[in-house]
Amino acid sequence: MRNIWAIAKRELRAYFGTPIAYVFLAIFVALTGVFAFFIGTFFERGEADLRPFFEYHPWLYLLLVPAIAMRLWAEERRAGTMELLMTLPISPAQAVIGKFIAGWIFLAIALVLTMPIWYSVNKLGNPDNGVIIASYIGSYLVAGVFLAIGATISALTKNQVIAFVVSAAICFLFVVSGTQIVLNVFQGWVPDIVSSAISSLSVLSHYENVTRGVFDFRDIVFYASMVVFWLFANTVAVHLKKAD
Amino acid sequence: MSALVVLEGLTKRFGSLVAVDGISLTVEKGEVVGFLGPNGAGKSTTMKMAAGFLEPDEGSAKICSFDVSLEPRAAKLHIGYMPEGAPSYGEMTPLSFLRFIAEVRGLKGAAARNAIDETIARTELEGVVYQTIETLSKGFKRRVGLAQSILHDPDVLILDEPTDGLDPNQKHHVRSLISDMAKEKAIVVSTHILEEVDAVCSRAVIIDRGRIVADGTSRDLKFRLPHHNAVTIRLSTKDADAARTALASVEGVAKIEVLGRGKNLTRLRALPTSRRSIATDVAEALKKKKLQPEELFVEQGNLDDVFREITTSDTGSADA
Repeated sequence: MRNIWAIAKRELRAYFGTPIAYVFLAIFVALTGVFAFFIGTFFERGEADLRPFFEYHPWLYLLLVPAIAMRLWAEERRAGTMELLMTLPISPAQAVIGKFIAGWIFLAIALVLTMPIWYSVNKLGNPDNGVIIASYIGSYLVAGVFLAIGATISALTKNQVIAFVVSAAICFLFVVSGTQIVLNVFQGWVPDIVSSAISSLSVLSHYENVTRGVFDFRDIVFYASMVVFWLFANTVAVHLKKAD
Repeated sequence: MSALVVLEGLTKRFGSLVAVDGISLTVEKGEVVGFLGPNGAGKSTTMKMAAGFLEPDEGSAKICSFDVSLEPRAAKLHIGYMPEGAPSYGEMTPLSFLRFIAEVRGLKGAAARNAIDETIARTELEGVVYQTIETLSKGFKRRVGLAQSILHDPDVLILDEPTDGLDPNQKHHVRSLISDMAKEKAIVVSTHILEEVDAVCSRAVIIDRGRIVADGTSRDLKFRLPHHNAVTIRLSTKDADAARTALASVEGVAKIEVLGRGKNLTRLRALPTSRRSIATDVAEALKKKKLQPEELFVEQGNLDDVFREITTSDTGSADA
């Protein structure tokens, strides 16, 4: 635990050691606002809820979370500190979890900074705050899944740009796999069980349940198992490729 | 047990290239072992395996009797390791970096503060503790890397080219730091600066193409040279021929070489048979013939010669 926390603290400080962290937070808050008010027609709908705000979160995360995750391991590789880190009395799993926690705390800060919109909607009407809380949790879980994917890809390369592009692409697959367009491609020629498996892997469909206020245990299991799986893959990647 | 580092048949292959080929080595407490070898000889790879960064394909590395592959955490707690180039986190300051290392090394509270203060004083980092590491000069960066490796006062210190790229003052400082710590630790230092072996190491191990080709004190190694204990004299050219005959009669002189013949002075070198000491006999012989050399000295040979002798005598060239 001590090692995990030591790593997490160091990573978190590394985020704020550069202006990029602040730029990121500003962009995130601005974009969530833009999506909610302009594209999501927050006012025109005349309803006191945050559906239009949360609806676009997975799409925002698609670009922003890989940007947070890309440096986690690629930078260690590039700077040669991987050798230092792996010869300290820390196990690869501890390092993986520590880095993930740091990234996830950073994303929590980003989400907390969007909370004025929650305050606003409470001023304007009487929204269902339970749904909003559930949506925040759901959004945070989606970010966690993308972060775990991004961290894993980051461990496979020393080039942050490659890490960013590849993890954004993989996250995209997990977003769209539940949409009708993708399912239409599969329907008819693959067994139903396969197409329903593909759609159940979609981060989006689980997220939609949550943002409707349906907090199903299965959705939580889905997110948790995705994070655990990717962090496991991350540990394997670190262990096998540490010296490359 | 005083053998703190025990390497047994360490072997590492990268594809078809055998980078390290069955290296066995024991380092006792109080020893400073210098790892020498041409680039690509396998020095760094061996050190990486000893420090637990690479898994050996065969053989084992034991640090303080803990197998590095089987009990990595226990072994790593006893090792201070500075990788080649002394990497560290550029955006941190030396102070925050050392605090991080202390935390990971399990040092807490006052113990951590004392260790950090002491290490900063030892590596003379006081002036830069609040600057980010990326803004520091190469010498300071190297010292930060060194500080990181000695922070927890490890029993075993493994330093990969600690003085590479430093200016003479910085080199001297790092060397005296190593010498100061030598007594209570087992230290392995890789270098290709041979003077360093004379300066800090109690033992030199020469590696070529993944194998140990020589292992001994710097004196032992020099003893391998054909001109070890040769006597070189400089005297006036008109006496040269007389001197040669005189030297030829000395027992134990195998060969006489003329190193240079000038208008006034000539330099001669008498090579001994089987590296025995012939200096007094040579001096006697010259005295008997009333020959006054301007200069007479015994050659030790230097490690550069040993190094070249050993690492190029085999056929083929070393892999990069």
